[in-house]
Amino acid sequence: MTLEIPRNQPPGKEATIVVSGTTHHHPEAWKWYHYFTFNVDHKVIGIQYLVTAFLFYLIGGLMAVAMRAELATPDADLLDPNLYNAFMTNHGTIMIFLWIVPSAIGGFGNFLVPLMVGARDMAFPKLNAIAFWLNPPAGLLILASFFFGGSQSGWTAYPPLSLVTAPIAQSLWILAIVLVGTSSILGSLNFVVTILFMKVPSMKWDQLPLFCWAILATSVLALLSTPVLAAGLVLLLFDLNFGTSFFKPDAGGNVVIYQHLFWFYSHPAVYLMILPIFGIMSEVIPVHARKPIFGYKAIAYSSLAICVVGLFVWVHHMFTSGTPGWMRMFFTISTLIVAVPTGVKIFGWVATLWGGKIRFTSAMLFAIGLLMMFVMGGLSGVTMGTAPFDVHVHDTYYVVAHFHYVLFGGSVFGIYAGIYHWFPKITGRMMNETLGRIHFILTFIGTNLTFLPMHELGLQGMPRRVAMYDPQFTHLNEICTIGAYILGISVIPFTINALWSWIGGKQAGDNPWNALTLEWTTSSPPAIENWEVLPVVSHGPYEYGHDVQPLAATEAST
Amino acid sequence: MQQIPVSLLTLVAGVLITLFSLWVGQHHSLLPMQASEQAPLVDGFFNVMMTIATALFVVVEGTILIFLVMFRRRKGDETDGPPIEGNLPLEVFWTAIPTIIVLGLGIYSVDVYSRMGGLESGGHNHTPVHVAHQMPGSAIAATLSDGSEVTPANNPDIGIGAGAKEQGKTADLVVDVTGMQFAWIFNYPDSGVTAGELHVPVGADVQLNLASTDVIHSFWVPQFRLKQDAIPGIPTKLRFVATQVGTYPVVCTELCGGYHGSMRSQVVVHTPEEYESWLTENRIAQQQQELQQAVAVNPAELSVSEFLAPYVRNMGIVNGQLSMVNSK
Repeated sequence: MTLEIPRNQPPGKEATIVVSGTTHHHPEAWKWYHYFTFNVDHKVIGIQYLVTAFLFYLIGGLMAVAMRAELATPDADLLDPNLYNAFMTNHGTIMIFLWIVPSAIGGFGNFLVPLMVGARDMAFPKLNAIAFWLNPPAGLLILASFFFGGSQSGWTAYPPLSLVTAPIAQSLWILAIVLVGTSSILGSLNFVVTILFMKVPSMKWDQLPLFCWAILATSVLALLSTPVLAAGLVLLLFDLNFGTSFFKPDAGGNVVIYQHLFWFYSHPAVYLMILPIFGIMSEVIPVHARKPIFGYKAIAYSSLAICVVGLFVWVHHMFTSGTPGWMRMFFTISTLIVAVPTGVKIFGWVATLWGGKIRFTSAMLFAIGLLMMFVMGGLSGVTMGTAPFDVHVHDTYYVVAHFHYVLFGGSVFGIYAGIYHWFPKITGRMMNETLGRIHFILTFIGTNLTFLPMHELGLQGMPRRVAMYDPQFTHLNEICTIGAYILGISVIPFTINALWSWIGGKQAGDNPWNALTLEWTTSSPPAIENWEVLPVVSHGPYEYGHDVQPLAATEAST
Repeated sequence: MQQIPVSLLTLVAGVLITLFSLWVGQHHSLLPMQASEQAPLVDGFFNVMMTIATALFVVVEGTILIFLVMFRRRKGDETDGPPIEGNLPLEVFWTAIPTIIVLGLGIYSVDVYSRMGGLESGGHNHTPVHVAHQMPGSAIAATLSDGSEVTPANNPDIGIGAGAKEQGKTADLVVDVTGMQFAWIFNYPDSGVTAGELHVPVGADVQLNLASTDVIHSFWVPQFRLKQDAIPGIPTKLRFVATQVGTYPVVCTELCGGYHGSMRSQVVVHTPEEYESWLTENRIAQQQQELQQAVAVNPAELSVSEFLAPYVRNMGIVNGQLSMVNSK
């Protein structure tokens, strides 16, 4: 079968997607049931990703609340310790592989990238749909694993533990991760081709929205690192089921090799989660602060720098395991260096606020919340990147505190910011701002209450991944648990808001925020194939304060 | 009224933030007490990072908050802000500052880590026997009953080795530590004592040779600021000098199964005299245990702790509690 990439059409020409020489004619608009089918429209796929991921977020969140309820007391009196470990493992797995990555890359990436570069769809629409449809079965495999004891060896699945606990559940878990990994590779390939080859010719590279730069860097990183994880997991699957001994120490295997293979992907996975969110930040902040983004090039290139340096930091997860001294030093330095491009972005966003006319919309509140929490997460990250201090805090609650500041404060706040910002574009309706503010306040308080005390817990001596702990840590744990309940409750106003606004919210219009990127030039929600006539780019994506004509007018004049 | 120049305000703010950060760096009391020679090195390093982090935190978060207030949209103002797109010197400045900070921290961390013994070059102290022990996958995961096979190599390559002072010397005391679900077993090869908790004399240069019989465990004493994984198949070491008499928790930090959280023990740091008497008692107790199987012993001839030792062992009372009874 030949697949012709829909090249950029000159303005005024009808665009069609040509597959195997036959032309597909789409209906005027999608019906509700199209969203539950194998649809090849990038916007439908983006929504499918977002909604599915949010459902998994609720499931993973319930597991987190159950774990925190268990940790309200020092003894394992609520959950059986093995069930606790199964919740802990699958909470991490679901949040990373079925919530943050699919919603940030799959959801926003699919919905926005073609719109932002002026394309009618992704380069390979069917591949795109296949990539999405690998996710629901992966989630079902993980949920099914609970019927076989649930995988209990943490999201890292280190052998030999993963080889000796709940083998069927562990195998299902591996298959699930291989499925989402495959999905990620297919999706990434699609993004790279779409951004490199389907940008409207009138858009110069320095007019490419920063979200697209971030997705480009993310995709390259995913393409380089995901196959390594898949290799490690397939070897583990063989050890589990087919009698091989790659990682069985009593049969000549080496357990540390698995850790290298695992972290070669899984540290970059952190950047896979955070880079698209950085992209979302770079879109939301200029619009709601009414200022051009400060240092466009620095922010764009820092994404690429994180992509490159991010591949050389994985051993900092192994400072206390089997690594030679020189390696610990090399990876200390490379880990610390990642802080530089990240810092560049933070300074860029802060400088964007300077002199702005900041609108405290829900989207902006979450973006600012992210900024404030990410500073905290970044600083604790720098401390842990250094081998001498990491030796003390490795595998303690200090690490849990750090990565939740980065992944909850960083990623989840970013996803929320993105949803509040693009909801009008996605659905054609506005979200309720009051409910949005309540949601933000609960989330902000809940996050800090849950994760701030964990820093001290870790420093004082509480290890992570435990169902029972030394009674001296009870008080701080109680605070964390109350925080977790608040976080659990915070989802309610958001869910009500999203559902209610989608059905009966105020009509949004094409461009409610007066934004300048291309997606706001089409109708809300965008028509199938995005534009009647492809837009011509006449100014940059962030030229606030300049006397620019809205792009829609430019389009009409062509 | 004349306005105070902004540069002067910035200077004052800078001085205040510096003083505040220095104070926080020294008074955060986030870490537990120091009980090893490595602990002050780690804490000194953490305090420096804490100082820098506090300063950066206050500056960045403060800037964000000030900007949010200063540049909030006023009612009725629908205009955009000024079209400032960049400022090269400013961007170079704030790229250079973090770069210098992280490179400085990197160099400092190498120094601290090498003084802790983390960079001790392995390999030069080995006899061929030791090398044979380190063949990948050779010294592995047997069951505990074949105890002799899980004895780690005498000087493993990986882990925290001798610090600056001990470099080139053999350790005063070597203890073989075996992790298993869900306990630590401490074996003193020189005296033949086996215990469920670690006893060391204060001020002695102790080397732990870590091994695991089943899954990965990680040996951590928060008060020592030291941690090392016990990996099945790969012997590792952890060398330290305890500096404070006392009892500290030994925590397993690597997920090792359902009851990972209960895999706790303790390290008792004795004065040299106390340590000797602990060792003697345990040696006798363990010999007695072996003897009892063969011959009858007249209990009247034994001291209280010698008499009790085999019983408390059967009752599951740990040795430390026995020595506490003894000291009273």
